[in-house]
Amino acid sequence: MAEVSLRKVVKRYDDVEAVRGIDLDIADHEFVVLVGPSGCGKSTTLRMIAGLEDITDGDIMIGGDIVNDVPPKDRDIAMVFQNYALYAHMTVAENMSFGLRLKHYPKAEIKARVTEAARMLDITDLIDRKPKQLSGGQRQRVAMGRAIVRNPKVFLFDEPLSNLDAKLRVQMRIEIKKVHQKVRTTTVYVTHDQVEAMTLADRVVVMNKGRIEQIGTPNELYHNPATRFVAGFIGSPAMNFVPCRLEEAAGTLNVRLTDRLSFAVPPSRAARYQNAPRGENLLLGIRPEHLTEANGHAAPGMETFETVLDVTEPMGIETLVYFTLEGTQVCGRVNPSAGARDGAPLRLAVDLNNMHLLNEGTGAVL
Amino acid sequence: MSTLAVDKTGPTRKIKYGSISRDRTWALRWSYFFLTLFAIFSLVPPIYMIITSLKSSAEISAATNPWWVYHPTLSNYVELLSSNQFLRFFWNSAWVAIIVVTITMLISVPAAFALSRMKFWGSAMLATGVFLTYLIPDSLLFLPLFKMFALLGNWTGIQLINKWYVLLFLYPTLTVPFCTWIMIGYFASIPKELDEAAVIDGASWLQTLTRIFIPVALPGLIAATIFAFTVSWAQFLYPLVFTTSTDQLVMPVGIITTLIKGDVFNWGQIMTGALLGAAPPLLIYAFLMDYYVAGLTAGATKG
Repeated sequence: MAEVSLRKVVKRYDDVEAVRGIDLDIADHEFVVLVGPSGCGKSTTLRMIAGLEDITDGDIMIGGDIVNDVPPKDRDIAMVFQNYALYAHMTVAENMSFGLRLKHYPKAEIKARVTEAARMLDITDLIDRKPKQLSGGQRQRVAMGRAIVRNPKVFLFDEPLSNLDAKLRVQMRIEIKKVHQKVRTTTVYVTHDQVEAMTLADRVVVMNKGRIEQIGTPNELYHNPATRFVAGFIGSPAMNFVPCRLEEAAGTLNVRLTDRLSFAVPPSRAARYQNAPRGENLLLGIRPEHLTEANGHAAPGMETFETVLDVTEPMGIETLVYFTLEGTQVCGRVNPSAGARDGAPLRLAVDLNNMHLLNEGTGAVL
Repeated sequence: MSTLAVDKTGPTRKIKYGSISRDRTWALRWSYFFLTLFAIFSLVPPIYMIITSLKSSAEISAATNPWWVYHPTLSNYVELLSSNQFLRFFWNSAWVAIIVVTITMLISVPAAFALSRMKFWGSAMLATGVFLTYLIPDSLLFLPLFKMFALLGNWTGIQLINKWYVLLFLYPTLTVPFCTWIMIGYFASIPKELDEAAVIDGASWLQTLTRIFIPVALPGLIAATIFAFTVSWAQFLYPLVFTTSTDQLVMPVGIITTLIKGDVFNWGQIMTGALLGAAPPLLIYAFLMDYYVAGLTAGATKG
């Protein structure tokens, strides 16, 4: 096992810069998820760590050694692919042991490792089957088994759950987490699914347009996003962004959304915005769960307002409500018993203790 | 008081129930009609060959019903199979075919692997070039080829013309491009992640080819093998041009040069020879038919 470091890593294809100088340190045993929209460079980064892509500039280190020119087989890594990439003509056991057989491991050792990995992944009964006789989830387990038996320094996962259906994905997510808890191998995991990123990662790396937007624990990213991109990408439904301005009136700081609607910034947040520009175009970022039905109890930082709902989406445990503020669609999450109906008025409460202010131009969170 | 007639019949056009199955029935009938026609068309010659091969020369030239054997005899088979000359042709053909298939596979499988997987400068153009070579008909190629071998003989003293093994150099010009093309198509249909997984598992290029690609692309490989075998077994023009001595001839040329003497056609033996000659490819097709079709279509749609 080992730590992985990226230093100013660049990947250029002809004129296109897919990865634009990223720095990343992954600690030993850590589970790091690279997440971002398609084309953000996350898969390219993973493939560069694997050695499947040459790096244009910068350094990649595994276990302290620079591996820029080391071929994949000598990097001591294992990779799990989205489409499993199992060898169709080999049985599960042969698939899992292929790498060890190439390295001429003793037969007894191979058998022991395969048996152990199969037991860990609960595929002992499938060991003599061919991949085509397996379901998607089972195939992905075999692919993971193939990685585990090699006992590599680093596991690399390239969107391993994207080919599975929603239910199986949740199941396999837990499975992957369990495996990591057992083997504790340093893991780099690529996904475009922020839920996967949040649930699996020790730390999440949010990437956008070839750059790292923010690195942090799932909670850090969720509660303290650094940029509009991260704020909007992490969390589902996404954070609302409403145009606003900061005003100072009679010693209190207000955030004005429309001519008729303005909220007082609560003391918990006021200090933070002490030096924020007044009167400039800003964005108020507020997560849907901080827009709930007003229940009559005044709490510090809670402000209420009346709105007319456009659309409601009952989810069972909650109802998502959509309404328009100054031309911007806003989403809130209310209790199913709040009586939210399409086109009906509803009094909502906004929890400004969890508000964010963003610079509209740069997208930076203030 | 008048009653208003209410039209309860609904749509005026009659709904045809079961029209889908009726369409299907007709489609099937037409299919059977044309397939039968095609079967008759393609089976008549071999049937005629079998009938004729069972007749004596006297019966063939007699003015009787040509579609019936009145005095069946195996004499043609016995004569041919006991003739050293015919067996010589057969062995020449067999050796040429086997060696050509081996040469073809040894060249075209690695070539296809390189062209489809190791992206190097000009690989795409080279792949197209390989296929274009196949489009040049052998009837155009044989003249320059003959000239080349004649010159080679003059310059180096190595006389290849009128030796059966000259065919080992000639047939691959037909088989290698096509087999490479089939295999490129087949290899291209193998997901890229498979070789990446192999590379990460520690396989070299050669190991990736031999332990992953060849087993996975086996149907394509078999299709290519059958093609190479059929081409080398049935090739007529090259051996006709390049070989003349009877001990150097392969079967297709041997049959017509030795069994047609002047204007005397030994039809019984010609037909027998042709039948015996058609047997090996027929057997190979019969056993590997499923692979052959799968291989060809894979190459066609994903190439």
